[in-house]
Amino acid sequence: MDLGLDVTERDGYTVLAVRGEVDVYTAPRFRERLIELVSEGKHRIVVDLEGVDFLDSTGLGVLVGGLKRLRSHDGDLLLVCTQSRILKVFEITGLTKVFSIFDTVDAAVGS
Amino acid sequence: MSARAVQLEIPAGAEFVALARLVVSAMASAETQLSDDRVDDLKIAVSEACTNAIEAHDALETDERVLVECRADESLLEVRIEDRGSGFDVSNLPEHPPVTDPERLKFERGLGIPLIRALVDEVEFSSSDEGTAVRIVMRHDDAIDGYSG
Repeated sequence: MDLGLDVTERDGYTVLAVRGEVDVYTAPRFRERLIELVSEGKHRIVVDLEGVDFLDSTGLGVLVGGLKRLRSHDGDLLLVCTQSRILKVFEITGLTKVFSIFDTVDAAVGS
Repeated sequence: MSARAVQLEIPAGAEFVALARLVVSAMASAETQLSDDRVDDLKIAVSEACTNAIEAHDALETDERVLVECRADESLLEVRIEDRGSGFDVSNLPEHPPVTDPERLKFERGLGIPLIRALVDEVEFSSSDEGTAVRIVMRHDDAIDGYSG
């Protein structure tokens, strides 16, 4: 199962675009990449979930862990997501109140 | 329509959870009138239950396989996921702080069972020190709407 993790820089933010399915098998690679970015001093990160086909609670756990790590560095983790099937898991778990979720990367980096 | 069923035994490895999702969603699409959204909900529930099962086997370092059974009839789709882990008390799961509490970020796990409960029409957990069985039911959309055909 392929998981794409593409990093670009945009207006002072590091954008991590995730593609594919995020579950118990692929989540460790996602977590490691986020930890690497924070270790490199990237403390303002946008995670773009528009290319994600599937995300379960292990993926949510990676994002919660990433947000916690970044906040401990006075940073932030913003999300980009418009897919209802992905947004649904954030809504059910109440995490829409924890994360700032934007429709586009432009909107996120301009916030 | 008579009942149709598939049975799958997956090795207790994380890479096989996607296979369980694929088989169950294919069955749901082929044998039921569940909408795409509800098939997506079912995939998440199956993924969560299989993840818990695999982690239970991992904790015991057992090579036993996880059983995934899927059965469809004219009114519902039933999925049963069975493991041989050490079980858990479903009535005594740790509670997360409210999402507005900064302490909430300390909890990266424990969202799977609440997700299952929210996404499916029925779920039952039967757990003992010999393993756990999760029974998930999705009723056909026309059955929920009260449409009798």
